[in-house]
Amino acid sequence: MTGAWPKIRPVGLTGLLVSFADTLSDPANRAALAFRAAVEAEAWPDVLESSCTLASCFIRFDPVETDPEPLEARLADLLAARDWYAAPFPAGRRLWRIPCVFGGDLAPQLGDAAQAAGMSPAQAIESLSTARTRVLTLGFAPGMPYLGTLPPAWDLPRQTELTPRVPVGALVLAIRQFVLFATTAPTGWRHVGQTAFTGYRPGADRPFALCAGDEVMFPAIPAEDYAACEADPSGLGGATWEVLE
Amino acid sequence: MTARLEICAAGPGLTVQDAGFLGYIGQGLSRGGAADTRALAEGAALLRQSPDLAAIEMAGSGGTFRVTRDARLALTGAPMQATLDGAPLAWHACHAWPAGAELRIGAVQGGSYGYLHVGGGIDTPVELGSRSTHLTAGLGRALAAGDSLPLGRDPGGPVGQGLQVEDRFCGGEIRIIRSFQSDSFAPEDVTRLSETPFTRDPRGNRMGVRLAHAGDGFFARGGLTVLSEIVVPGDIQVTGEGAPYILGAESQTTGGYPRIATVIPCDLPRAMQAGPGAPIRLALVDRATALAAERAEAKLLQALPKQVRPLLRDPREMSDLLSYQLISGVTAGEEPSP
Repeated sequence: MTGAWPKIRPVGLTGLLVSFADTLSDPANRAALAFRAAVEAEAWPDVLESSCTLASCFIRFDPVETDPEPLEARLADLLAARDWYAAPFPAGRRLWRIPCVFGGDLAPQLGDAAQAAGMSPAQAIESLSTARTRVLTLGFAPGMPYLGTLPPAWDLPRQTELTPRVPVGALVLAIRQFVLFATTAPTGWRHVGQTAFTGYRPGADRPFALCAGDEVMFPAIPAEDYAACEADPSGLGGATWEVLE
Repeated sequence: MTARLEICAAGPGLTVQDAGFLGYIGQGLSRGGAADTRALAEGAALLRQSPDLAAIEMAGSGGTFRVTRDARLALTGAPMQATLDGAPLAWHACHAWPAGAELRIGAVQGGSYGYLHVGGGIDTPVELGSRSTHLTAGLGRALAAGDSLPLGRDPGGPVGQGLQVEDRFCGGEIRIIRSFQSDSFAPEDVTRLSETPFTRDPRGNRMGVRLAHAGDGFFARGGLTVLSEIVVPGDIQVTGEGAPYILGAESQTTGGYPRIATVIPCDLPRAMQAGPGAPIRLALVDRATALAAERAEAKLLQALPKQVRPLLRDPREMSDLLSYQLISGVTAGEEPSP
């Protein structure tokens, strides 16, 4: 880390951003997670909401009601209180195992991705299905996780052309990260796996299944087992989870 | 039996909207809600009801509607042609809506988003604290002919009332302030942003509007390699081609395109309302000026109910409505056909 980090900057008129780095790294993401958990624990009345991005914690306030300077001073004090890069993860995180079909008709770009990573399809499935990734941030759509980081071989660029549409539950890959689609949308990432997991389940007790900081693995299942995952009445596609720590 | 609003015909951009989803950015859900939040407050003031109630947002064109019980309606936002059983209705006003009477709302006459409010509000189920449709996030869907929406209980209130509304539907000056990524652009480019005449490109929706201009694009130093960071409504994102894009209520919550500046919240409705081709100038102001503008807007919104005035005549009986210039620069709702 250089001396320039962490730093606090304004986000327009309505927020403050506490950033721990300008590139994605494991310590910076851990720091952002831990710092956000600390901000939430403070329960300051002038903080309307907070969120984590890959290496930052965002704090929103009402500019008409709140003077940002005292809030910024409290954030600076909290920042100085400890080494956030070495902070443990917040408590209550979960380890998820989400069954996934790699390749075939359900996930047509596994072969392309394997080739780009210099692996055979079997090696690629072995690597991706045993990787233990973490929810770095949720974004783009409700409950949609960015997961990382994958082994260096998976540092693949985004495609220049968009795949017009991937279904809910699609596992796509680029730049050493997965995104697990929670909505149907176009993507420039490669569609390597398909799960029956629904990240946002309206009306459920816990409508957003995943939290930033949760860890996720995608054990490979044969395509013929996919229908059973789809039939899972919870909407979680046969996923299981356990609380970490 | 619950009173219902029936949609007999629908333009492509009809959605139920309220103030949106607050408190879910950490889960990846942006605010959403009405593109023109001020229009929501105006409808609430006209009907003397809570601004938390939901209305129908109409992007570009309206539809044909009936209610199953006598009701009240208010029309706000971008003016559109409106008739009730064939008689013209004043815009920026509230009216009695007898059961079975046909409300026809045509194309927008300037601006982008018109709003139809009903006494008691649209009473569709609340999910995540809102009734809003968030198309980008895949929550809800656009309304269509044949839909029937429940209405909340209306304790009754005024009809035949109007509001004088400033013309915020044709672009103009939009105030912006620097944000945390402004320094990724050369100082002269941030200055040039304020000096460049833009027009609202036809490409635009609830997620954001693209600005078109002549001359060089705006490019961040370091190009497109910046880390994805928090996105808030009003952010001005610059895509790979160098065109600024003002992000709206349905923006993504994080994004990798650098943001050169951000529109101050009270000017965002004006930015979203600017119709295709409308001129837009981005005026860079300091934080103190922006904050003063925001406080003034909060006061104005609070004072809205006091500004509601009886319409001088019942517009349904006015055969000469077209000659009335009720609001500077905007007629009451009916323009002569070209």
